[in-house]
Amino acid sequence: MTAEPAVATIEGTRVEYLDVTRVFGATRALDGFTLQIEPGELLALLGPSGCGKTTALRLLAGFDQLSSGQLLIDGRDVSRQPVNKRDMGMVFQSYSLFPTMSARDNVGFGLRLRGASTSDRRRRAGELLELVGLSAHTEKYPHQMSGGQQQRVALARALAIQPRVLLLDEPLSALDAKVRTQLRDEIRRIQLELGVTTVFVTHDQEEALSMADRVGVMRAGQLEQCDAPSVLYQRPATPFVAEFVGTMNHLPGVVRDGSTVQVGDQSVPADGQVPLSGTAVSVLARPEAVLVEASVEGDAVVQVATFFGAVTRLRMLRSDGVELLADVSSHRAGELAPGTRVAVSLVDRPVLVRTPSS
Amino acid sequence: MVAVTSVAAGSANPPEVVTSRASRRRLRPWRGLILAVAALYFVGPVLAAFWFSIHNSHTGIDFHAYTGFFSAQGFGTAFRMSLLLGLATVLITLILMVPTMLLVHLRYPRARAWVETFSLLPLVIPPVALVVGVRDIISFTGEDRFLGTPVATVMNFLQGNQPWLLSLLYVVMALPFTYRALDAGLRGSSVTTLVEAARNLGASWPVVVWRVVLPTLRTSVLNAGLLAFALVLGEYTMAKILNFSPFPVWLARFGDTDGQLQVGLSLLSLALTWVLLLTIAGVAGRAPGTARFPFRRRTS
Repeated sequence: MTAEPAVATIEGTRVEYLDVTRVFGATRALDGFTLQIEPGELLALLGPSGCGKTTALRLLAGFDQLSSGQLLIDGRDVSRQPVNKRDMGMVFQSYSLFPTMSARDNVGFGLRLRGASTSDRRRRAGELLELVGLSAHTEKYPHQMSGGQQQRVALARALAIQPRVLLLDEPLSALDAKVRTQLRDEIRRIQLELGVTTVFVTHDQEEALSMADRVGVMRAGQLEQCDAPSVLYQRPATPFVAEFVGTMNHLPGVVRDGSTVQVGDQSVPADGQVPLSGTAVSVLARPEAVLVEASVEGDAVVQVATFFGAVTRLRMLRSDGVELLADVSSHRAGELAPGTRVAVSLVDRPVLVRTPSS
Repeated sequence: MVAVTSVAAGSANPPEVVTSRASRRRLRPWRGLILAVAALYFVGPVLAAFWFSIHNSHTGIDFHAYTGFFSAQGFGTAFRMSLLLGLATVLITLILMVPTMLLVHLRYPRARAWVETFSLLPLVIPPVALVVGVRDIISFTGEDRFLGTPVATVMNFLQGNQPWLLSLLYVVMALPFTYRALDAGLRGSSVTTLVEAARNLGASWPVVVWRVVLPTLRTSVLNAGLLAFALVLGEYTMAKILNFSPFPVWLARFGDTDGQLQVGLSLLSLALTWVLLLTIAGVAGRAPGTARFPFRRRTS
């Protein structure tokens, strides 16, 4: 929207978790967690509930103390630094605006604590509220604003102190779908404009994949994989990541030689390390990598067709009992209605294979 | 019943909604009756007391009970003492309880059960037992080994027959009420996140309490203060046994000479409490941005 940043850019900082462990009683919320976040990067931590992503964020904010390991910001250990000395800007899930202060006062709160003059506070708060598109709402109180507006104020408040790292703790999860999408785009725009290092915790993979430079997928207190969204989606490093990110078909196959796998009567190239020839494997294929053609001689039948707008997802059952999902363009959905017999094949590009034990 | 049936037949509302409305209508006369009985129970004695305070079978109606108390001997001293004790009690209660409750709420939630039990003890222990125990403690002469220590200083202060001692006792007596008021406020607000947000922005703990917690909990804090203040205005036993003479003790003693004035003053103190309560309800009920706000400081 704005050609140039309305407020000064923030010098991005490097964040490093080094073998960090956080123990709560018998639970290891973080277990040898290691991660480097580059200056100016937006990193999303993604994972199921209880995987430790919020704990990782709270440790960085200073709300919690790590049990062991190190937490470095620009190479300096901040593990023991109190929360109010860390200069982190945090946006919470539940808005957390001070109810007795106007939007301007909320944004100016951190600046006042840093000794900024009244005129400076007003100017900076005005700039930031303009940056988040709320310049007409500066005198409103939280109860006079919608959830999306409150979260924008919270973002402006967090940015006002020129934080070393911007921390976003599921900031969109309390908002409705349309506002969520709008705010998602705005957060990304502002983050790119200001260049602030950002850690974004979410359980919504669409949010993570669409916003982040890199996504760290967590499970049981550990980092399973941290990569660019496209890499994470196309080349998941572990079965858990493959299952958790997006939807995956598992088709039985047999390794033919060092580079191809036989799936039904189709031979497809295999990606990565391939087991010995003759090994039974599970072939992983995304729904969009499954080709479907209506055919009376086909060995699968469409069971359910779910309309998602541009694409329609087909759930099919093969004659050998294997269930398959395929995404087809919605304009073809008419010819692939439930009950239609279809022929199914895979797009001719490398597929991931897993042995049943992996 | 016919009207209800026809509404149900012609309405888009589901049947259970109609049934619920019908039963509510049936309840209405009972509501009125219950309200009338309750009003009679609570307001009746007040009206009777008011009538007693202004009516004299010999002279008819006169209002000396409401005009003569300024000149009543000892009234000014006693009332001033009660007001000061009330303010001191409110101050000590809030200084003690707000940080404690905040600590329990934010850091030690498991201690809540203990603090709650402890706060209820004044309801279980009769004030007479409490004050007799306190009297024995303050009459403790001590031992030489305490001489020159803070223990001796505190004991000297307590034995100095200072009315402030009463404030300390009133703080204990008010615990069940102040605890409940503050606990309700803390449970009903998102103080934990607000505190974290303020800390994250660089606020020290005193700033968090003064600028964030107190304004957010204004209703609970005002309620806690009012309850403590009302308790002081009506407490008799402890003051009497410890030989102090705040307003309630003076009032009881003064009744021996002028019953009408005594009742009139009782009604006035009741009215004062009500005025305070309504003021607080009015102030606390206002949304920020609509009027001047207690504790509120503009930050920009």
